[in-house]
Amino acid sequence: MSMILLIEQVLNGLQFGVMLFVMAAGLTLVFGVMGLINLAHGSLYMIGAFAAATVAGMTGSFLLALAASLAAAAAAGAIVEVVVIRRLYARDHLDQVLATFALILIFSEGTRWLFGSFPLFLDVPDWLRGPVSLPGGILYPAYRLAIIGVGLAVALGLWALIARTRLGIRIRAGESDREMIAALGVDISKLYTLVFALGAALAGLAGALVGAIQSVQVGMGEPVMILAFVVIVIGGIGSIKGALVASLLVGVTDTLGGVLLPVAFAQIMQPSNAMLVGSALASMLIYILMAVVLVVRPSGLYGARA
Amino acid sequence: MTIRTLITAGTLAALSATTALADVKVGMITTLSGGGAGLGIDVRDGFMLAVEQSGRDDIEVIIEDDQRKPDVAVQLADRMIQSEQVDILTGIVWSNLAMAVVPSAVAQGKFYLSPNAGPSALAGRGCDPNYFNIAWQNDNLHEAAGAYANDAGYTNSFILAPNYPAGQDALMGYKRMYDGELGGEIYTQLGQTDYAAEIAQIRASDADSVFFFLPGGMGISFLKQYADSGVDLPVVGPAFSFDQGILQAVGAAALGVHNTSQWSKDLDNPTNIAFVESFQAEFGRLPSLYASQGFDTANLMISAMEVADVDDQDAFRAALEAADFDSTRGDFAFGPNHHPVQDIHVRKVVQEGDVFTNVIVATALTDHADAYAAECQF
Repeated sequence: MSMILLIEQVLNGLQFGVMLFVMAAGLTLVFGVMGLINLAHGSLYMIGAFAAATVAGMTGSFLLALAASLAAAAAAGAIVEVVVIRRLYARDHLDQVLATFALILIFSEGTRWLFGSFPLFLDVPDWLRGPVSLPGGILYPAYRLAIIGVGLAVALGLWALIARTRLGIRIRAGESDREMIAALGVDISKLYTLVFALGAALAGLAGALVGAIQSVQVGMGEPVMILAFVVIVIGGIGSIKGALVASLLVGVTDTLGGVLLPVAFAQIMQPSNAMLVGSALASMLIYILMAVVLVVRPSGLYGARA
Repeated sequence: MTIRTLITAGTLAALSATTALADVKVGMITTLSGGGAGLGIDVRDGFMLAVEQSGRDDIEVIIEDDQRKPDVAVQLADRMIQSEQVDILTGIVWSNLAMAVVPSAVAQGKFYLSPNAGPSALAGRGCDPNYFNIAWQNDNLHEAAGAYANDAGYTNSFILAPNYPAGQDALMGYKRMYDGELGGEIYTQLGQTDYAAEIAQIRASDADSVFFFLPGGMGISFLKQYADSGVDLPVVGPAFSFDQGILQAVGAAALGVHNTSQWSKDLDNPTNIAFVESFQAEFGRLPSLYASQGFDTANLMISAMEVADVDDQDAFRAALEAADFDSTRGDFAFGPNHHPVQDIHVRKVVQEGDVFTNVIVATALTDHADAYAAECQF
């Protein structure tokens, strides 16, 4: 295995990781601040991708498409919070799972009803098409580098929002003591709607960014959703920093595991068997990582409560 | 999500023209919701188009959605067999669902006509006299891709497929016909959407071509990312990733790619020309190979109904074996294990106006039968 290939794979892992972070950040905020398990977070990701594909198809502009994905997912998030989610805060987690699972079905079939069953077209913009040369003779797609950049910018922006602004103080206060912040005169229901819409907008952005290199289709959110849950469990529920570290960890582990494990097994068994065993084990790797983290730190890497 | 369709399109003239035998009740279990719905919808539309065009009013089709879940498919099949008393089952798109439904359905004395899935287990030792596959045995299109790779002069292919039975059959099928070396062989995860790691390995290898089997959304993702990666090795694949339903979503990334199929919209025979035209008129989109398979399945069934009563199983089976219908593929015959013996073509992705579609450029295999027929003993 050459050094260039290894570096390229690490970049791939990073890119996968920051996308997971953009997805998981909203999820962990909602869980941390409101104590809500939102299974329908993946649907917001899908809404972002569909909105972007529609706007890109109409205007041809990728930046407008990204703006549309943010707006559409935030709007959908705010509506869902006001209409459905608001009634669930006082209920136990099983009720929340049931209701948000119903939302997945409603969003999926609603999207099919509007857009049909065939995948939509969304491509990377011309100005980010093709590979760029990095130092050391590495060819890497420009679009994936841009995704890494956007992901890191989102991380920085979220950190600034939470650490440096009044809204951030309220969010942190909401995480540690909901009753007290309401007693201090903060309009808690408006804060909840805002946080939920923010998380939704981030999911929508992730959907649009990833949709350009993957397929925009009904049900695209569910696999990412599972990974996002793994990320917030590893990182510690409610912790943005934890979500960042955990998503990079999951991204790099998953990518490098898929590449290196078959090679490692090939040293001790036949190549075709090594391929099968290696790729089977690689797909379990992040769950093994999650189990190990939970054994060592039951509340996740940066989790406040158990 | 229950769609019950009673076909009453027949006219009196058509009724008197055909010998009126007992009504046939067909249970169609196919995928109409979720990620794979495009395939099931095409199978259903193709099938129902043929039923409608036949003008018969003695065919009742009960259509149910399996949601691409084996357990749901099994429940639907049980209900159709036990309470609806269907004569014929059809419609399943995915091999794992077919494996869950077909063996028990044929064991209960029902006919099963497969419009898509053709797992090797049902072609070889697990074959059954009442099971007919009208599409292909799973390996066939991959075998054709291997044969095409030889013709194109490729000697070092990088091959990849998802790690599940049909994916393993795919790589096996390709290697069965392909004579060259392998530049690499990768099993990806089923449902994987990011292929950056695999594309990096392709880039690092010394391969001269890439063969992949990644049906549905997986193929869209792979092709877009491959086109964007700057790797420019020629790509070969089976028709599933270049099917009419998904080509528009792949866009220009698929242009020029060669893929293998038993059917193409430009196959020059009267049945196919009429089929493509009427499908477009009826549904406002070009048909896919799945639609052609659904159409052929219904026409095979109708051809058997013309000469035999479905309650006389031996006669009906013989009528099906004769395959006396006009296929959209031109020549069509069944091998001894009730799987097709047919030509498999090489198509190339082109752009016609705004629409991406396929044209035939060569024929990879002629009168090709599957590799498992010899193991089948009825």
